[in-house]
Amino acid sequence: MSERIDARGLSCPQPVVVTRNKMDEIVQGEFEVIVDTATSQDNITRMSKNQGWLVDVKEDGDDFILTIKKP
Amino acid sequence: MKYYFASRKGIFAVGLFIGIAAAVLQKLGNPANMGVCVACFLRDITGSLGLHRASVVQYIRPEIIGFVLGALLAALLAREFKPRAGSAPIVRFVLGFFAMIGALVFLGCPWRALLRLAGGDGNAILGLAGLIVGIWIGILFMKSGYNLGRNQRTYASVGLIMPAMMVGLLLLLILKPQIKTGVPFFSTKGPGSLHAPVVISLMVGIVIGILAQRTRFCTMGAIRDIILIRDFHLMSGVAGLLAGAFIVNVVFKQFSPGFAGQPVAHTEHLWNFAGMVLSGLAFALAGGCPGRQLFMSGEGDGDAAVFVLGMIVGAGFAHNFATASSPKGPGELGPFFVVIGLIMCFLIGFTMRKKV
Repeated sequence: MSERIDARGLSCPQPVVVTRNKMDEIVQGEFEVIVDTATSQDNITRMSKNQGWLVDVKEDGDDFILTIKKP
Repeated sequence: MKYYFASRKGIFAVGLFIGIAAAVLQKLGNPANMGVCVACFLRDITGSLGLHRASVVQYIRPEIIGFVLGALLAALLAREFKPRAGSAPIVRFVLGFFAMIGALVFLGCPWRALLRLAGGDGNAILGLAGLIVGIWIGILFMKSGYNLGRNQRTYASVGLIMPAMMVGLLLLLILKPQIKTGVPFFSTKGPGSLHAPVVISLMVGIVIGILAQRTRFCTMGAIRDIILIRDFHLMSGVAGLLAGAFIVNVVFKQFSPGFAGQPVAHTEHLWNFAGMVLSGLAFALAGGCPGRQLFMSGEGDGDAAVFVLGMIVGAGFAHNFATASSPKGPGELGPFFVVIGLIMCFLIGFTMRKKV
């Protein structure tokens, strides 16, 4: 299982910032981010696509799990 | 539909609608270049409740009520109503307080800065420059680990408190109870006496609330995202607002370029700039412009609601302690409070950091 970042409950733009930091750190590969608002999910998805990463979103109860990868 | 709202076209269209609606509301009676100013309108509500006694700025603005209720409605329909609270509420209160202090030194929130620019008010350029600098300082704090901690999921009723308060305000506006002390106060002259018909204001507010909740429209976020992650998505909304208001102002002959004699504005460049540096920094540290905080409070965010309450108390202070500007210039204590506010925001930024 890939590494998961828990960004639930964080204010905008923290979820985007932690995701971006992870991208800068690993450069390529795969990781997951879990968020609890649709806004965070939208923002991370948009930023990831802009940065050339693939995003897959899965709803998990009240949360969203985003699988983000760059092969 | 969901895709449209998430698209750049979608948020541009929403910005355009807000800009057009604001300028049309001015035509219908709202104060000039103040079609839908969140800071000014919260200040007017504060005055109407008697929490400040500046008799020219007292009115229960239906637009504000509409923003929260519209956002609530949209969030419920989209299953995005998520009651949450508990991320440093006292800090959010203080940030809301000083955001309002700064906004009333400039005389407007970011929305009004754009509306003023769209009406030809050159002083807005200083305000917008200040806003950018304030947000940029906030980003430096974010990059160095600033973070107010996580909120917690909570009871649905927690998320309904701010909408309930708005219903209470609406009842006060409609019923106008005769209370011996005189509240609610309604200005008979000055900007507070200028308003569009209640039903139209409320409807426009609700529609803006719905659209803004769906698109996450945020003026502070627009600038922040460009600086922080080179993302122009939210800026499309800002561009729409500016374009919409400008076009309608030209059509209705509400456009009059210049610095001096602009409606509800002053020409003290330094304090127009510094007031908005304070506001921009406070918005950035709190994660949203005043409009966005209202929409989030409608989505169930109790911390955003506390920010809004901070703005209301800030508005009361601003007029009671003479920090709010007038067309003549900054209030007696305006510059002093801006400095105090900046010190407070820096203390918050420097001392509230942790690893996520």
